[in-house]
Amino acid sequence: MSKIVQFVSQNCGKITPDSVEDYIENGGFEGLKKAFTLKPTEIIAEVKTAKLLGRGGAAYPAGAKWEQLLEIPEFPKYIVCNADEGEPGTFKDKLLLSQDPLRVIEGMTIAGYVFNSNDGYIYIRGEYAAVQKSFQKAIDHAVQQGYLGTHILGTDFSFRIHIKTGAGAYVCGENSALLNSIEGKAGRPRIKPPHLAEVGLFSKPTLVNNVESFAAIPIITQLGGEKYLSYGTSDSGGTKLICLSGHAAKRGVYEVPFGVTLRDIIYDPEIGGGIRDGKKLKFFHLGGQSGPCGIPEQLDTPYCYKKLRAAGLAVGSGAVVIMDESICVIDYLKSVTEFFIHESCGKCTPCREGNQQLYNILCKFADGHAVHEDFKIMKRLVDAMTNASFCGLGQSAAVALSTCLTYFKDEFEAHINKKCPAGYCFQERESGK
Amino acid sequence: MHHIANPNNKVTVTIDGIPVTVPEGTLIMDAAKKVGIIIPVLCYHPDLAVRATCRVCLIEIKGQKKLKTACSTEVWAGAEIITNSKVVRDTRKTVLELILASHPQDCLQCVRSGNCELQQLARTFGIDKPVFEPMDNKLPLQDENTSIVRDPNKCIKCGRCVAVCQEVQEVGAINTANRSNHYEISTAYSQKLDDTSCVFCGQCIAVCPVGALYEKDNTDKVWSALDDQELHVVVQVAPAVRVALGEEFGMPRGSIDTGKMVTALRRLGFDRIFDTSFAADVTIMEEGSELIERLQHQGVLPLITSCSPGWVNFVEKFYPEVLPNVSSCKSPQQIFGALAKTYYAQKTGISPDKIFVVSVMPCTAKKHESSREEMNSSGYQDVDVVLTTRELARMIKQIGIDFVALEPGEFDDPMGMSTGAAVIFGTSGGVMEAALRTVYELVTGEGLQQLDFEMVRGHAGIKEAEIDLAGTKIKVAIVNGLKNARILMEKIKAGQCDYTFIEIMGCPGGCIGGGGQPITTATGVKGERMAGLYQIDRGSDIRQSHKNPAVIRIYEEFLNKPLSHKSHKLLHTRYFPRKK
Amino acid sequence: MSGFTEFGDENMPTELTSSRILAIVDEKGKSKEQLLSILLAIQKESGENYVHEKWAQIVANELDLSLSKVYDVLTFYSMFSTGPRGKYIIEVCKSTPCYVSKSDVIAQIFENELGVKMGETTKDNLFTLLYTACVGACDIGPVAKIGEDVYGDLSHQKIAEIIKTYRGGFECQK
Repeated sequence: MSKIVQFVSQNCGKITPDSVEDYIENGGFEGLKKAFTLKPTEIIAEVKTAKLLGRGGAAYPAGAKWEQLLEIPEFPKYIVCNADEGEPGTFKDKLLLSQDPLRVIEGMTIAGYVFNSNDGYIYIRGEYAAVQKSFQKAIDHAVQQGYLGTHILGTDFSFRIHIKTGAGAYVCGENSALLNSIEGKAGRPRIKPPHLAEVGLFSKPTLVNNVESFAAIPIITQLGGEKYLSYGTSDSGGTKLICLSGHAAKRGVYEVPFGVTLRDIIYDPEIGGGIRDGKKLKFFHLGGQSGPCGIPEQLDTPYCYKKLRAAGLAVGSGAVVIMDESICVIDYLKSVTEFFIHESCGKCTPCREGNQQLYNILCKFADGHAVHEDFKIMKRLVDAMTNASFCGLGQSAAVALSTCLTYFKDEFEAHINKKCPAGYCFQERESGK
Repeated sequence: MHHIANPNNKVTVTIDGIPVTVPEGTLIMDAAKKVGIIIPVLCYHPDLAVRATCRVCLIEIKGQKKLKTACSTEVWAGAEIITNSKVVRDTRKTVLELILASHPQDCLQCVRSGNCELQQLARTFGIDKPVFEPMDNKLPLQDENTSIVRDPNKCIKCGRCVAVCQEVQEVGAINTANRSNHYEISTAYSQKLDDTSCVFCGQCIAVCPVGALYEKDNTDKVWSALDDQELHVVVQVAPAVRVALGEEFGMPRGSIDTGKMVTALRRLGFDRIFDTSFAADVTIMEEGSELIERLQHQGVLPLITSCSPGWVNFVEKFYPEVLPNVSSCKSPQQIFGALAKTYYAQKTGISPDKIFVVSVMPCTAKKHESSREEMNSSGYQDVDVVLTTRELARMIKQIGIDFVALEPGEFDDPMGMSTGAAVIFGTSGGVMEAALRTVYELVTGEGLQQLDFEMVRGHAGIKEAEIDLAGTKIKVAIVNGLKNARILMEKIKAGQCDYTFIEIMGCPGGCIGGGGQPITTATGVKGERMAGLYQIDRGSDIRQSHKNPAVIRIYEEFLNKPLSHKSHKLLHTRYFPRKK
Repeated sequence: MSGFTEFGDENMPTELTSSRILAIVDEKGKSKEQLLSILLAIQKESGENYVHEKWAQIVANELDLSLSKVYDVLTFYSMFSTGPRGKYIIEVCKSTPCYVSKSDVIAQIFENELGVKMGETTKDNLFTLLYTACVGACDIGPVAKIGEDVYGDLSHQKIAEIIKTYRGGFECQK
């Protein structure tokens, strides 16, 4: 029984990406056609039944989000696709955008129809310049063939999609920061409330969803929420595009139904294929830099939102980064913290100062100068960052560290005694930094 | 918009278990005040849009994991707010310690010691031994201009200065820049302030909670001059100073301290204590005449006042095409300086190169104004040094004067007598009212029955009035704050402006809210200072500039008449387009 | 903050004239929301991968923004530079998936091949060597991005090949 599925990713690698003919031949735009026969409330009902949780990482129930926006009596409304994909270890949106762009276009158009919105924006990160170009081609072809633009499929409904570029800032993956970036400003997050459904892009009511979320919409509309839900578990509907990287033997994007186990993901020959070079798994990092780390003892946890959360793990963006025994946990966490230092927008105290202070303490461990008091200071920093940061970046910057303090306390202790179990720190080596 | 709070609805919440009922839309921090709880804030400022970035004011909501900022969250019915739990106390302390870890610990040498919001919070929360590693930044001081010093090491990134420069003044000389721990407040491309759109209004200083922004300190120059036996040092004091100086000595806000101020200046050793208000009366003579001339000879209208250097810098940098509308009159400060080194020099026989003119201003832009190349019509730099109200207070303290206990003193002749019209120059609407009290009588030939022009007074950013000058109706406008100046400039550019005369002051509220005044976040202070000035006006013997005997005398003895050749040479100036 | 530009080209850096800047603004759309696209296009055409103060001022005037707001954008986003850089920007990813795939070794190889340290530009102004955060190519890490192209599964040999090809003026197979 195959552990992977070809559901949302069924066209990837199999069609000419920007070809409307290919897309239609493979069932494309059936969702849109069906949508035009349904009422917006009916479509939202299907999305709710599907139990589609936001695929960008925050896992907010899409049905609830759509329902909230429908109730806002102000126009115009905007549909925004978050294609910033800055989370390290995540590259599944790139796959969808480059190999099945019309699916994403169809999903956004259905959303446009539901909210009577005529303008959609897709914010593609600046580093995906090639993807921006190819996606524009797909938009142009869809317009030419009447599936986008004015009078779609001969109806009164018109919908345009504009591509907006990022310029290198992970924090722009945060939805309110993303909207600021589309507006031509620095991508620092906004105060909430008001929420984006009330005051969003250009201060108008706005829907923001991830690429993979929009990609699921045509299927949900066409086949119904029940069908989509059935691919997953009772709480996590459908499938997830996961991304394996690090020391996995077979790195890449795989579409799995919710409910497969972490062991399946990492070791199944169809998916991760084990650890490269026959090494042993030391730990894995789920969901992105802001996600928790896990250990081999947790491998039998089913990959779904509820069960992972119960185990102190998370789906997040779908990233699964694998580390073998050559990796020192302290050194790894330094890299994680360095990332957050670099990507912090800088405006709030706990994140701007906290990440740097954490990094300094991690360096103390790595250099053998740490003392027991440092555990207390780290805890204070973690608590302050989690409780006090302005946005999700700061609030979750210390999650990986927290989990590693739980599972690898002895490794921290060892470093206090100037010993590195992975054999990395405290040795003579060429500086690679 | 989906939800807008209706203040007519009432909401009941509990704060630390204490119930309190407040109007819908009340911020948690304000609701807390009603039950005697002061939630600490740092980046919050009552006159600026909320940023909620310092994270000091976080409080707990029962049943919710995430803490909320009290400065940005409105109450809702049934909210159970907790301000004193362990998580709140610990978070607050850690946030403060993180700020302090990046902040120099040299309070004793800092100009804001004793009036610093961060210092106050550290004292209140009993911050002791530093836990976090100090981030020792050694960034250079940015002080290569006449008026404003920026110390990036002390900046706590509260963003207030950016809010005032970008949103309140719409000057945009400074902004946030960079990301991460390089996040800073700076000019574009690290330009010196002189090369940016900065107008030196000093509102950034007025809102800074710490010592990251402060005025260029010129007290040393004044001490040197006072110590120099060869120099005859005269001082002029602006109207807005006398209703604010006392605040630096713990006196009630808006209290009128003219007499004590003069005595203090005498104790400091100034040879003559003069009043800028005298020069303001002269300004009215010149500018009133200028208005009448433009009215009668199809001159460029509207005529716009020119006594606010922040505004003059603004129009030079942003709207040079409107310069023909700006009055050619110098500001009272500069008029004074020119007269001190000519008229006063002649009258006393003191050589002008030995006369050292100090001015005390509520303003930082006045430092820049005094150093303008063209401000030397006396043949010397007309005004040698400008001190802010704050600097004067420091000097008074430095020689151990108990300001509160001083007996009142009097200004000196011949440039110390002024009118109620002159004194109200310090508040928005004051120049307009002073001008109208004189222009009306000059144009109509009739005496004014009612000297009070209430409709030009008050805090509003743009005020209008229609005045009947013996049959001719003219519309006037009064503007304070540069964002509002911009609105009028766009109207003038679009040809949609039907005002005849416009008063523009660069600072919100006028000079009483200037960048050199005592720094405070208390609400209502500007109104109290304004009230003080109108009280002086009401109590003045003479309330119209053209009736000031000292002014009449200076024209008889020296200037001949307003807009005379001599007046033009000494009391009028030119402007320069400085747009980028 | 509007108005016409009184720009002499005397002090302009030679790569871009003021009329070219104005044309780019028109091409991308003369509205504030187009700021990022405009600045990226200017940077690309500059030949030195940066945005000079004078070009930024023209853009600020055209879009009715303060220069400090444009500068905020230029310094906030990693892809921009306010000072000149090399013709080719080599960005070595050091985020964790690439880091555990030995990105530090890759960085060192680049340093040795180019004769510069991370953050520096070669003397012939051809290459600037930088670190970058994740570029979404973690399945082929360790990765380096040069301009718009991403090169993965890097080895010493591959790196030498890449540099040779860029020196010869062509982009090579990834």
